[in-house]
Amino acid sequence: MMKRQKTENQIRTDQDKIKIDAGHVMAALLLVFILLVSLFAPLLAPYDPYQLDMRHALEPPCAAHLLGTDAIGRDVLSRIMYGGRQSLLLAAAATGLSMTLGCIIGMIAGYFGGKTDLVITAVSNVFQGIPGMTMMIAIAGLMGSGVTSMLLALVITSWVGFSRLVRGEVMKLKQEYFVEGLKGLGAGNMRILLLHIGPNLIGSILIIFATRIASAMLSVASLSFLGLGLQPPTPDWGVMISDARTHFRQVPMLAIAPGVMIVLLSLSINILADALRDRLDVRADVVKGD
Amino acid sequence: MTASAFRPLSGYSEPMGIVKYMGKRLLTLIPVLLGITIVAFLLGTGAPGDPVEAILNRDGTQIVSPEEYEIVKERLGLNDPIPIQYIKWLRNAMTGELGQSFFTNKDIREQMAYRLPYTVRLALLGLGMTVVFGIGAGMVMAIYKDRWPDRILRTITTVMLSVPGFWIAILMILIFVEQLKWLPTSGLNGWKSYIMPGITVSVSTIGVCARLTRTSVLDELGRQYVTVASAKGMNARLVAIRHVLPNALIPITTFLGNYFAGILGGSTIAEVIFNIPGIGNYAIDAVKSRDYFVVQAYVLFTAMVYVVMTILIDLIYLAVNPKIRAGERVE
Repeated sequence: MMKRQKTENQIRTDQDKIKIDAGHVMAALLLVFILLVSLFAPLLAPYDPYQLDMRHALEPPCAAHLLGTDAIGRDVLSRIMYGGRQSLLLAAAATGLSMTLGCIIGMIAGYFGGKTDLVITAVSNVFQGIPGMTMMIAIAGLMGSGVTSMLLALVITSWVGFSRLVRGEVMKLKQEYFVEGLKGLGAGNMRILLLHIGPNLIGSILIIFATRIASAMLSVASLSFLGLGLQPPTPDWGVMISDARTHFRQVPMLAIAPGVMIVLLSLSINILADALRDRLDVRADVVKGD
Repeated sequence: MTASAFRPLSGYSEPMGIVKYMGKRLLTLIPVLLGITIVAFLLGTGAPGDPVEAILNRDGTQIVSPEEYEIVKERLGLNDPIPIQYIKWLRNAMTGELGQSFFTNKDIREQMAYRLPYTVRLALLGLGMTVVFGIGAGMVMAIYKDRWPDRILRTITTVMLSVPGFWIAILMILIFVEQLKWLPTSGLNGWKSYIMPGITVSVSTIGVCARLTRTSVLDELGRQYVTVASAKGMNARLVAIRHVLPNALIPITTFLGNYFAGILGGSTIAEVIFNIPGIGNYAIDAVKSRDYFVVQAYVLFTAMVYVVMTILIDLIYLAVNPKIRAGERVE
């Protein structure tokens, strides 16, 4: 008994020793910083992000406009500050919805198996058979650009990632003795799934959730860049880069600044997801992302 | 699992295992293919908007007579119930008859035949770059685990995961075209014009592939046979190349299909930026004018290319995985 206690303590201290990695801390600070700036953009932005001023169009960075102005004289810094709000919300909402849907479907398939599983697997194979970006272009394009169609496009293309993982894990877990024991005690399926199997999945789901938010951000930006996502004059990083296509050769800042923001945001999320993965010691190929 | 690792990879095959495995794989593909056709079809028909109105009243200023409306509707086969429309569409699609674009009145099959090679070439280039650079970088990272090459490459590959392709494309244009004047901006003249599009489509998959290779190789290096081989006095590099890499490649090949999907979907962005006349570019134009038939064909063709590629990758998997060749069960 004593001996066992000791090893457990050792494990705990070993885990605590797992690096407070400087890179992870920086990523966390960066993420918090970007989130705060986005949240408080209305208070922080020096100008109205929609306000045009043709007399000061395409100005290089100066004291009045720290990042210069765009083709119709809007302040780039102010637009950058506002630029993450919509796509972040959209990415978070879409990923949350995909997660919920994917978890429900994956649990049903993994737990009940048999014909249910067969049908669900067949359907997810179909959705995996169409490249995500292709599907998104078709949906967002045909339904007309807008928040609802993008939400739909993102959910349709990313629920499978969650359901696959959950299905696999549930199939493994339901073989465990504790599930058999619970059944013997007369616990119902819902109870076992939600209260006993579910908590075991939280770690891996969280990791996918984080990586998916980052990739959803990139998808939103790509769609907006193609003109199928958020529309001008919305102050959004993807839209800003798309707008910059005519002038970026003369004023590179117009394309560089919003791109840097997209990269910093998704980079900080990806680094934190990695940190989480190391912490929880989930194998990389279990959580494959795409 | 470990047993196979000891076996030599060549000179070991049993055709029955392969035939059975491939047969099974092809059988499971049939429902997937059918499903894809249904989704592609529904994406067109399910979309809001009235194609008849769109054809007759392109700029929204004409008054369409009911007779005219009915004629066009009948011609498009839109009076049939949806399942009948689907079956007709499927039958036509299987014979390669994809209909005409609502707007340009050009035959979609001809357009696809002209455009598909550009997209496929670009996607294959992207896949090639992913394999070469991704696996290469992953090997280097694993061999120099926790030393500086690993640290640097790990940072670079994480950044690669986080960069949108279209932004990389713009940066490359700024650097290589505007500043250094090394590369042509758009159009396709020779191999040089494929460099930037190739990087655009593969940047994120190279990152993913490198990271996966690193984990996979490290996993493999921790196995007993590696210890045995080193204990026998085998050269470390030889162990890595002869034994570790082939085994580490097995899980990687299963992900190549996923990478290809990403590359194929992402090629649309590269096509738009670099003016490549592939099917992605075609689809973007079609989507903006709600040209349903073209969009249906785009989804269908992209999916088909992807499915064909998955089968080919499966064959590669077969070639590198002795377990399947032997007809063993693989989890």
